[in-house]
Amino acid sequence: MTYDPTQTTTAPKSDGPAASVAAEALAATATSRGQAIRQRLQQLLAFGGLAILFIVFAIASPQIFPSYSNVTNILFSAVVVGILALGATLVIITGGIDLSVGTGMIFCGVMSATFITNWHIPIALGVPMAILFGGLLGAVNGFNVAVNKLPPFIATLAMMLIAGGLALVVSKEAPIYFPTGYQQISTGTLIGDNLLPGVPLPRNFPNAVIVFAVAAIIATVLLNRTLLGRYDLAIGSNEEATALSGVNVKKWLIVIYAVAGLFTGLAGVMISARLGDAQPTGGQGYELQAIAAVVIGGTSLSGGKGSIVGTLIGALIIAVLNNGLQIISVPQEWRDVILGIVILLAVYADQLRARRGSAT
Amino acid sequence: MPVPANDSLTGPYDADLLLQAEGVTKSFPGVKALSGMRLDLRKGEVLALVGENGAGKSTLMKLLTGIYQMEEGQFWLEGQPLSVKNPKEAQERGLAIIHQEFNLMPDLTVAQNIFIGREPLTGGFFTKPKELEAQARELIDRLGLPLDPSAKVHSLTVAKQQMVEIAKALSYNARVLIMDEPTAALNDAEVDTLHDLIRRFITPQTGVVYISHRMPELKRIADRVTVIRDGEYIDTLNMAEATLDQVISRMVGRAIDTSARPENVRTDRPVLLTVENLSTKELLQDVSFDLYEGEILGFAGLMGAGRTEVARAIVGADPRTSGTIRLRGKIVNPHNAAEAAKQGIGYLSEDRKKYGLMLGQAVASNIAISSLADQFSRFGFVNDRAIAKVAGEQRVALRIKTPSVAQLAKNLSGGNQQKVVIARWLVKNSDVLIFDEPTRGIDIGAKDEIYHLLNRLASEGKSIIMISSELPEVLRLSHRIVVMAEGRITAVLAAADASQESIIALATHPDGGPLAAAGADHHEEDAR
Repeated sequence: MTYDPTQTTTAPKSDGPAASVAAEALAATATSRGQAIRQRLQQLLAFGGLAILFIVFAIASPQIFPSYSNVTNILFSAVVVGILALGATLVIITGGIDLSVGTGMIFCGVMSATFITNWHIPIALGVPMAILFGGLLGAVNGFNVAVNKLPPFIATLAMMLIAGGLALVVSKEAPIYFPTGYQQISTGTLIGDNLLPGVPLPRNFPNAVIVFAVAAIIATVLLNRTLLGRYDLAIGSNEEATALSGVNVKKWLIVIYAVAGLFTGLAGVMISARLGDAQPTGGQGYELQAIAAVVIGGTSLSGGKGSIVGTLIGALIIAVLNNGLQIISVPQEWRDVILGIVILLAVYADQLRARRGSAT
Repeated sequence: MPVPANDSLTGPYDADLLLQAEGVTKSFPGVKALSGMRLDLRKGEVLALVGENGAGKSTLMKLLTGIYQMEEGQFWLEGQPLSVKNPKEAQERGLAIIHQEFNLMPDLTVAQNIFIGREPLTGGFFTKPKELEAQARELIDRLGLPLDPSAKVHSLTVAKQQMVEIAKALSYNARVLIMDEPTAALNDAEVDTLHDLIRRFITPQTGVVYISHRMPELKRIADRVTVIRDGEYIDTLNMAEATLDQVISRMVGRAIDTSARPENVRTDRPVLLTVENLSTKELLQDVSFDLYEGEILGFAGLMGAGRTEVARAIVGADPRTSGTIRLRGKIVNPHNAAEAAKQGIGYLSEDRKKYGLMLGQAVASNIAISSLADQFSRFGFVNDRAIAKVAGEQRVALRIKTPSVAQLAKNLSGGNQQKVVIARWLVKNSDVLIFDEPTRGIDIGAKDEIYHLLNRLASEGKSIIMISSELPEVLRLSHRIVVMAEGRITAVLAAADASQESIIALATHPDGGPLAAAGADHHEEDAR
């Protein structure tokens, strides 16, 4: 069975908005103790925004918007930007930025197709290879930032161009089609197909969302529970002090950019699986959407502060906006205007709160 | 008994008074920063304003310059009510403030910095560089400052940058000059230059409010001293009659021993760290010394003598062009601070906020950062419970004042922040601790605690290198004293042989000549 985003079967369980269920599950994994209160507040703010948006659209379009299939649609549409934003969160917490994730993702999709379609490598091996390829691109970014001391903006701007160009070169400027089965990674419905007999699982629930959720859990654990997360926050707070504390900052910066690259690779697999072919173009703009999701989620561009839950909420806000505005027939150009305003409001609210917090 | 200089503050129309504050009250959410504060600055005087960190000095200054607005109370300037809404207005009323951190644009010249916002212009848009420089030259000459108006500010020493700030402030024809910790980053010779400048500024129509932590300076520069504590006015003393101990006891509300000497000085210990022929590209030349187990080795010298550079080169934070670092006889030569930390050498920077702390992170994270990989994680997963436990133990042991180790480091006072950094290296179990200006910006009560802590660490067998620009501090703690000048070691003195005079002589005359003079000083010292 395949998930079809256009399909409008109404599932038996159409009550709770799946968005909030997902967010709740993820909130439970966020157990960072230190700056807990502040971050909680920001998340509350962002989550409140998401809830309000949801309610507004539900009132505007009570038939279509809050339906099970549409909520699934929203989650499905958040997958690619969301996965990119997970990696971007880790990089932005260091005080850096990664502009290469959009074209990098496309390049990874092309590489995935090269491995699987052109070189006939089995999907089960080709997909991890494509993800690792993303990690390699990230490691190059990290090397340029940490060792060659290039500003992250420049290092990843260059990588954005290089990855975008190489994607065209490798694909010979034409889409590469995947063998059947590859698309299942995104549009298959693993849990809908009687995964656990007897347990009423949601039907027609796309694998892409499950992959996204697993990726989000991994990112949360990485940030909150591991050395990588601690050093990430420490470097973003004060890189010099972290180095003088005896942390090998160069090594960890490369690791962090590489891990972000793995998420880029995964996003490349997900976007190519959704389409069923690897498009050599169309990646540009995704990096900015990912950054927007991170920023709306309250991660500070100056580094040292951020959360994966916030980023998830940010990605969902963007997805809900796009979907809801489309349903109430707002044209694309106006959707961009509104998204821009939402970014301004989100960051302004965050700064207001921070200013009030530090006024003592 | 000290004589209160001005027991009943006269009303606002006393002709001798330049600046007055009465009943000034200001609170922030949860804190009363100032309560009924008073201050009176007479014409032609230097009034020292002292108080521990958090006593309310900065708040008072910010009220004066209109950065904050007071809730109750009144300022008077020459009997006229004074209420300013912003720093620009304060400037126009003749109040000039030199903040601890300078507001200079490093890539602009001295002249451009002084006249920023008031450049001589043609047609309201095009600058006139020659005229600008001439104006700056005229001002600099009038003030007698050794500054080149066309020099870029970033090429100047800290002391000269401060002169630029002062020139800028005085170019507005200021009558009240307020200086916040003006000597925190100056060496003794530079402090003297600054004091000369202040004395020249003083006329029968001007006055200076001089905020400082450095007690001995006040004797030299101030006419009177106002002590504040916990946001309240305590007392004002005539400097000539007051003793430093009296001032200090009013500041802290308890007596403090300022005549302590090094503890546990012994000469029979094994060598722990050996530094041989250490050189760097810019500054250091053949620096060699030994550090014994359980020793506090003081490093004295002027700003720019290379003391911090020695520390950074030892831990590999800056590249060495030559030199061997041995730990217990074994060559370690760390390439970066991570390697040094692994070998047990910890460097605690002079600039805690820039190079020491992750201000936005919890106290516990700051304590654990150096030991995360080897003590607080398994397979890359961090054990928060262990961190909280160990951080809590350090909090008790070092008496770090914080409601909890989850508190962000930026919310702690300077002294407690320093303790957090110390705790970090104790948890790492480092044998060699290099303290660079361990008490900079720390109030005097907390300083004493840091001194006790250093003595305790040494008695427990830690080897300590202590770089300090405060000679009383060096003399009080160091078992031996290394004096540096211009990138070289000029002498290593035993504690008993060192005096402020001998150290200053060795630090200012690096060519060997003053060794004899230092010896003479030393005899003088003995004779006293």
